[in-house]
Amino acid sequence: MRRLMAWLDDRTGLISWSKWALEHPVPPRTGWWYVFGSATFLAFLLQVVTGIALATAYVPSAGQAYESLRFISERALMGHFLRGLHYFGASAMVILIGAHVTRTYLMGAYKFPRELNWLSGALLLLLTLALAFTGQLLRWDQTAVWSVIVAAAQAGRVPVIGPELVKLVLAGDTLGGQTLSRFFAFHVFFIPALVFLLVALHLALVLRHGISERPTPGEPVDKATYRRRYAELMAREGVPFWPDAAWRDVVAGAVVVAVVALLALIVGPPALGNPPDPSILHAYPRPDWYFLWYFAVLALTPNHLETIVIVFGPLIFGAILLFMPLFNTGERSVKRRPWAGLVVFFIVFVIAAFWMAGNKAPWSPDFEAQPLAASVVGDTTAAVVRGARLFHDKGCEYCHQIGSQGGKRGPDLSDVATRMTPDAMALKITNGGPDMPPFVSNLSPDELQAIVAFLTTRK
Amino acid sequence: MDPAPPPDSPHAGPAAPPAPELLARRRFLSRVSIALSAAAAAVVGVPVVGFLLAPLFRRSPQQWRAVGAADSFKLNETVSVTFEDASPLSWSGVTARTAAWLRHDADGFTAFSVNCTHLGCPVQWLADAQLFLCPCHGGVYNSDGAVAAGPPPRPLPRYPVRVRRGQVEILTSPIPLV
Ligand code: HEC
Repeated sequence: MRRLMAWLDDRTGLISWSKWALEHPVPPRTGWWYVFGSATFLAFLLQVVTGIALATAYVPSAGQAYESLRFISERALMGHFLRGLHYFGASAMVILIGAHVTRTYLMGAYKFPRELNWLSGALLLLLTLALAFTGQLLRWDQTAVWSVIVAAAQAGRVPVIGPELVKLVLAGDTLGGQTLSRFFAFHVFFIPALVFLLVALHLALVLRHGISERPTPGEPVDKATYRRRYAELMAREGVPFWPDAAWRDVVAGAVVVAVVALLALIVGPPALGNPPDPSILHAYPRPDWYFLWYFAVLALTPNHLETIVIVFGPLIFGAILLFMPLFNTGERSVKRRPWAGLVVFFIVFVIAAFWMAGNKAPWSPDFEAQPLAASVVGDTTAAVVRGARLFHDKGCEYCHQIGSQGGKRGPDLSDVATRMTPDAMALKITNGGPDMPPFVSNLSPDELQAIVAFLTTRK
Repeated sequence: MDPAPPPDSPHAGPAAPPAPELLARRRFLSRVSIALSAAAAAVVGVPVVGFLLAPLFRRSPQQWRAVGAADSFKLNETVSVTFEDASPLSWSGVTARTAAWLRHDADGFTAFSVNCTHLGCPVQWLADAQLFLCPCHGGVYNSDGAVAAGPPPRPLPRYPVRVRRGQVEILTSPIPLV
């Protein structure tokens, strides 16, 4: 055995190289904060493995993908579990790469000489989001189809080349047979291949520059001295990566796999929606959770700023990521870069706030609103009863809540009579507002009267 | 920390400084090699990139599609109709379908795109309220497609419509997102 290994190493050099790579010295006391990178990579490998398995049964054809997914979910052995693994694996990868980027930013690990570590990592973040988006589309149901159209509509906002981008997203003039195959090819071949290349570069850079030591306040990065100080630290206190630091990566990885597997078993993959038929108009397209906050951003941006946000928002986000390494010297510790902590706090806060808004989506009319029950109306005067009925039939209830029924697009009208006179109500209903249509031509005078009579009882 | 080649590596460094004509020869050989590789890459790259960009150059044919007998659409009503894209690929399945809102009034027939001009979501017609309402961000349009409220920047786009031999026909068109 020994001789076989020696022979292999002589012919390939791989064993001594791996030994060298595994035992390269890393800074002492790196701790648990350093596990996110390897955990992200593990999540990616999990996606590759489960993805390949799914691809053996998935049919990337616009007309058949949906049926093949139903087969995978309902009939194939462990197909349901596998889809769950792939779904929660994707979620894990998005979360973990987010944590990894945040950690390196907070610890100033992107500074000299690790600027390109950051840059390759930033590209990996963008590719991960691209994988998440294209993957969501491969769940080729009604929501996926409308997500493609919404994505194309956003691409269409780009000045000058908008129409061309729409065609590239749809792979034609309309959604059709070519749309899915392209997303499939990007999701399973093109983007993963780029990810593998960039991960290789990223890891080669980690080996080249060493894992960053924990930042010490008052020890700024100076290009003239940093490399020497790092080498001295390694000579003095460095520990071999394997197993002194690696055991934490292994534990974290095991936790990731366990959590993903448990969620896949207990919660399971997202259910398939209606078939991908663009002529079924009862659709409520919602993105998967990782893009839900962006859905909220698009809903809450004032109309005149919208195109700017849609087009320049992603560009600015990308530019910030790419230009970050320009600030490559100075203090690393977040104690001396309090604004860095604030930036992270702010971004997390904003995303969380938008995410919660996106979860409730109060701006979406409630198409399921049922006519108000007699107990809610609570009054049997003919005009009031008629007004309550019209409140549903004329679409008011899709946007306005009464009791706890109806949409949240407009104000809750359960006690509107306490703040508006009948005349003010009639005026509002006739003229509408920025987000409420004027009903001047859609209500006869007596219908208007009936609705106002009904609303006047709401106090 | 660079992985230096092991000491017993078969690649020993260059021995003596090479003669000038040898240097010139090397320069020539590397240029030729790079040019050859670039040419080979182009031979493969042009069709690949062209293939990926093909949707830009291909214009799908347009076709009039019948969506129903003209007298089956009541006056002053708006209903959804479905038609098939022009020359759909055989594996498109249901994705080859497109829906439109067809209105019949005193001026004849109007076919509205179902795609909200805000972000393309499918608007729904509320017959009692005479409004189109978008399920994504609450855009509202009047029965003539004009924006009544909410985020949509433009009125609902229309498809060309005609009546031929008693049939209402809609001209298939690129999805009106821009
Ligand atoms: C598309 C959604 C939508 C529909 C449909 C709608 N509203 Fe509204 N309504 C709003 C919004 C949004 C506001 C507040 C902002 C504004 O004025 O634009 C509002 C405001 C009001 C107000 C003023 C409430 C206040 O507290 O200021 C009244 C009253 C009202 N609507 C009644 C109605 C009635 C009655 C109908 C049906 C005939 C109706 N609305 C249909 C969205 C809608």
